[in-house]
Amino acid sequence: MRVSVQLDDFDIGQELDLFRNGKSNTGAIVSFQGIVRNNSENSLLNMDIEQYPGMTQKAISKYVMTAVERWSLNDALVIHRHGKLFPGDQIMMVATAAMHRHDAFQSAEFLMDYLKSRAPFWKKEITKKGYHWVESVLDDEKALERW
Amino acid sequence: MIKVLYFAWVRERIGVPYEMLETQSGTVMELVEELKQKEERYKVAFSDLSALKVAVDQELCEFDTELNGALEVAFFPPMTGG
Repeated sequence: MRVSVQLDDFDIGQELDLFRNGKSNTGAIVSFQGIVRNNSENSLLNMDIEQYPGMTQKAISKYVMTAVERWSLNDALVIHRHGKLFPGDQIMMVATAAMHRHDAFQSAEFLMDYLKSRAPFWKKEITKKGYHWVESVLDDEKALERW
Repeated sequence: MIKVLYFAWVRERIGVPYEMLETQSGTVMELVEELKQKEERYKVAFSDLSALKVAVDQELCEFDTELNGALEVAFFPPMTGG
């Protein structure tokens, strides 16, 4: 398993090729790619993602280990960017490898739900009118209840 | 000495990303009260604790958590990753 919190962009195709390599007992890989979405007024200039150096990597690793154990995954990968990002940029990716697709899908969803509201990242949106910190959504918190 | 860190709008309201403090506070809550006594900017940042989360030594915890020799306490709004 690998967790990377980084400023740099990544090549999701290359990452998935590497991730698939040498996994002869894997029958299913599920991947998710998160993108910077513009707001409804199309006024987003850029986004600034703040992290908690040290804790962020550790917190993500903890949830990845939980997922690997719970769904008997063969492997899992999380890449999450921080810093300045623009609409259309990739923010993050998750990939899970399992024998069967059900475990791969479920664990990827679990990881996404946990990363949304438990990994120490904070998004600031800079628009033409100024800036604001993105507020957490109750639905994101509720999403954790199903796990 | 304990390192106190602030993130996102908490950092902006307090004006520094972190500071080193000498404290006798036994719990996170006592530390918050101590900070609020110091200056107005802390009072503003800590005015609504239900809007804040706290981590002690990089683990999420509650405001009644004991500091117990902790090296690091961090205050921040709910996370918005993904």
